[in-house]
Amino acid sequence: MRIALFATCIAETMFPQAPVATVRLLERLGHEVLFPPGQACCGQMHTNTGYLDQAVPVVRNHVAAFAPVLDGEWDAIVAPSGSCVGSVRHQQAMVADRVGDRGLARDAAAVAEHTYELSELLVDVLGLTDVGAHFPHRVTYHPTCHSLRMVHVGDRPLRLLRAVDGIDLVDLPEAESCCGFGGTFALKNAETSAAMVGEKVRNVISTGAEVLTAGDYSCLMNMGGRLSRHGTGVTVAHLAEILASTREAPWEPAFLPRSAQAVKP
Amino acid sequence: MPNVRPQPAHAPAHPLRWGEPFPEAAHETLANGQMRRNLAHATRTIRDKRLRVTAELPDWEALRDAGAAIKHQVMSELPALLVELERNVTARGGHVHWARDAEEANRIVTDLVRAKGADEVVKVKSMATQEIGLNEHLEAEGITATETDLAELIVQLAGDMPSHVLVPAIHRNREEIREIFAGRMADAPAGLTGEPRELAMAARAHLRAKFLTAKVAISGANLAVAETGTVAVFESEGNGRMCLTLPETLVTVMGIEKLVPTFRDVEVFAQLLPRSSTGERMNPYTTLWTGVTPGDGPQEFHLVLLDNGRTKALADEVGRQALHCIRCSACMNVCPVYEHTGGHAYGSVYPGPIGAILTPQLLGTGTKGSLPHHDATASLPFASSLCGACYEACPVKIDIPTALVHLRGRMVEAEQRRPLPTGWATAMRSAAAVMTSGSRFAVAARAAGLGRVAARGERIGRLPGPLAGWTSVRDVPAPPRQSFRQWWSQHESEER
Repeated sequence: MRIALFATCIAETMFPQAPVATVRLLERLGHEVLFPPGQACCGQMHTNTGYLDQAVPVVRNHVAAFAPVLDGEWDAIVAPSGSCVGSVRHQQAMVADRVGDRGLARDAAAVAEHTYELSELLVDVLGLTDVGAHFPHRVTYHPTCHSLRMVHVGDRPLRLLRAVDGIDLVDLPEAESCCGFGGTFALKNAETSAAMVGEKVRNVISTGAEVLTAGDYSCLMNMGGRLSRHGTGVTVAHLAEILASTREAPWEPAFLPRSAQAVKP
Repeated sequence: MPNVRPQPAHAPAHPLRWGEPFPEAAHETLANGQMRRNLAHATRTIRDKRLRVTAELPDWEALRDAGAAIKHQVMSELPALLVELERNVTARGGHVHWARDAEEANRIVTDLVRAKGADEVVKVKSMATQEIGLNEHLEAEGITATETDLAELIVQLAGDMPSHVLVPAIHRNREEIREIFAGRMADAPAGLTGEPRELAMAARAHLRAKFLTAKVAISGANLAVAETGTVAVFESEGNGRMCLTLPETLVTVMGIEKLVPTFRDVEVFAQLLPRSSTGERMNPYTTLWTGVTPGDGPQEFHLVLLDNGRTKALADEVGRQALHCIRCSACMNVCPVYEHTGGHAYGSVYPGPIGAILTPQLLGTGTKGSLPHHDATASLPFASSLCGACYEACPVKIDIPTALVHLRGRMVEAEQRRPLPTGWATAMRSAAAVMTSGSRFAVAARAAGLGRVAARGERIGRLPGPLAGWTSVRDVPAPPRQSFRQWWSQHESEER
């Protein structure tokens, strides 16, 4: 298949390991990956902060960058983020409708129909649960709120993780409660957000996992930042990084936890 | 009573607007460790119970759809349905009064109580009367109102404000309740312990005397049926039934949105409400009354229909779904923000996710002419991580996250009418400029890599300014050496 990658703005700038792993994984599975260079952001940050008018040109840019999917240039669009896919599906058309741009709303909805979160693409479109990955670590999975409740990825990520060779997958207590990120919520309500991430991290530590995984780097940045400040030794990896890891090309953590770095030669 | 301080400590000036913006109010409540433990325990218990009893109904999702559809119909036909309700209440011997705002409603109720020559009334737990500050108003007029719901009585005796719609004393534990009763309830038995049964018996004896002497009762309503003029109260303890049957006069204050078109619709809410609120299959007491019946129950019935900002909310096509709320509190019990901050941080008798969208609308915050930066309620739509748990739990499918985002938009619009842009406005404008072009974004992504100078090793520690809150408890990873686009162009040329 010809698959267009929506890298997402936060991963492009801060966590390129997620889109890089997505490319490596899909190419290993025999697909052609393309990167439409006009892309930047889906508009979620502006929308969720209340700057809905400013979100309109951001949405317009996103839709224009990915519109070729409507002419059959690509078979699908994939993003390593439940949150951004949720915004593409549930917010872009709403933002366009709000300013009365019916054409943009229609195009946004059409592009959204071809846009998949990574686990959806693998399980539903490519029909895979075993992607041939090797990851010999103890791992726990946090279902991010937007993957869970906006995109409804269900147990797809867990099915993919269970099929990974060598993995020791452990359940996260109260997995479905929010980690407290919420975009600018973590800045505007920093203390409440800190209390929420504190609780999440206590649950992560209780599992004894070495690696915390999720389908969104924004949430992983929030939880990973707290795990690092705690000096817990627990590191974070995007679902794509785990699925891209093989015996020949094993995963290399990009963001080492404090304690682990202290013993690094 | 050293441990029982009223929460919040200062008597609120307005039941829907207590003062500080959410982040500042949350700062205070987050510091109260005992309250957070009480809350975490209570919300988890109700949450688990609710999940068990909703999972056992095969048609739960269909019931939610039915509830949402009925509410949608009510909002579309509200004026006609209200007139129908008035006609049917009057035809069956009741009296209907219309109140534009809290002041008018309080005056109507006070005049009715005075006309009966009463200086004491008993009350059924009611959010509508909380919303208008009726008890405080009556007190100022020399009339004592006694709350007869156990939790509401605890809050009243302690001089608290409620912190939850269903369990107003959720922030208190047994020992605190024992202290409140021992210190503030005149007829509390000596040597009272914190045993739930003992506490309940003490309250029961205290209240029984009130039920038997009160001439006037005041209630709210869970719903009213337009078709028949029937009003209903759903409750757990039976104190409501006492108030609704013993006194000679009954005054009910009801928000204009709380009606259903036909008697058949009651069946939907009789299932949705108890399962969503207390996690019970059915609430122990459901009282329905239609006008007055000679020789049985109150011989005089007054229904006060309260607007108090509701028609303002109804005019907003996205925000109006807040009026669908049946006050079950399921959204509060699943909300991680509420669980940590408690209800008082919302500064309104309507806390939690529903409060965050209802309170600003009832007050008209964010609409043209208002100045939201001066208004604490303007911070409420931002008091959510948009995790969506509230939407999932809502028995009438109120899309709270979408309404929150919509109201954020209104707050920002109102803010932009100010002459000077805020820091957020400037940041959002510059970000939008970068995010509307792939090439500009590529440049910005490369520049972000320069942020590495702020990092020691692979992470950034504490930072000043808007990032101070974030970095006080979390590390930020250093930006990568190479942006994704830089990697991609290398990868692409290797592939060729």
